[in-house]
Amino acid sequence: MERVPVLKLGDLLIVSIQIDLQDQSVLMLQEDLADAIVESRARGVIIDITAVEIVDSFIGRMLSTIASISRMLDAETIVVGMRPAVAITLVELGLSLGGVRTALNLEKGVAMLKERGGADPVAVPE
Amino acid sequence: MTSAVELVIAGNSDVVIVRQQVRNSAQQVGLSLVDQTKVVTAASELARNALMYAGGGQVRIEVVNNGVRDGLRLDFTDEGPGIPDLDLALTDGWSTGGGLGLGLSGSRRLVDEFDLESKTGEGTRVTVIKWAR
Repeated sequence: MERVPVLKLGDLLIVSIQIDLQDQSVLMLQEDLADAIVESRARGVIIDITAVEIVDSFIGRMLSTIASISRMLDAETIVVGMRPAVAITLVELGLSLGGVRTALNLEKGVAMLKERGGADPVAVPE
Repeated sequence: MTSAVELVIAGNSDVVIVRQQVRNSAQQVGLSLVDQTKVVTAASELARNALMYAGGGQVRIEVVNNGVRDGLRLDFTDEGPGIPDLDLALTDGWSTGGGLGLGLSGSRRLVDEFDLESKTGEGTRVTVIKWAR
């Protein structure tokens, strides 16, 4: 089973999902990310789903769960890069991703975290 | 057109394979990108349902034509415990599997035709169709 890598950038963690997610990879990501937040003392988490072709109720719920877990660990989560077709499908499915912040792309996501003072991604070029 | 593919759903990785095959067939039928995404998402929900509630099942993926347009028909069958109350099972938020309760009700909204048959103790069959516009 493929594992989704968690990258550290300043006090941000960046996860870019590039694989067709199976349920086990999703659950593993949840744990890896929780560990990484504590270990790296990250203040923000960005999950890039630009390459994700579908978000079903399982993956959607996982995104909400990750957002809640990181909030408990004092980090803010932003999901970036959702495809328009995915957004349309999610709404029709009945999933609003409550509690999950979104931004159109990585750049806007980073800016959002900076504004909130939740993160200081020193390593990110201006 | 009568090209049909049958896949077994026996594990988590099969859900991914079902999604990929449905995506391919949806492209072949000429569904729009949004409709492809909707039918693949519905397939993902239904395949996972078969796995979670019946321990597995199978799906037949078929290109169909109603005389006016092409469509994609997905026929999910399992030999699980069946669904005692179909109306309740189709209610948003109703779940016996610890999920969000959007699997059946949500996938019904994502397709054009939705048919659910179930017999307690014998199994469940869900047939959905998405027509090309």
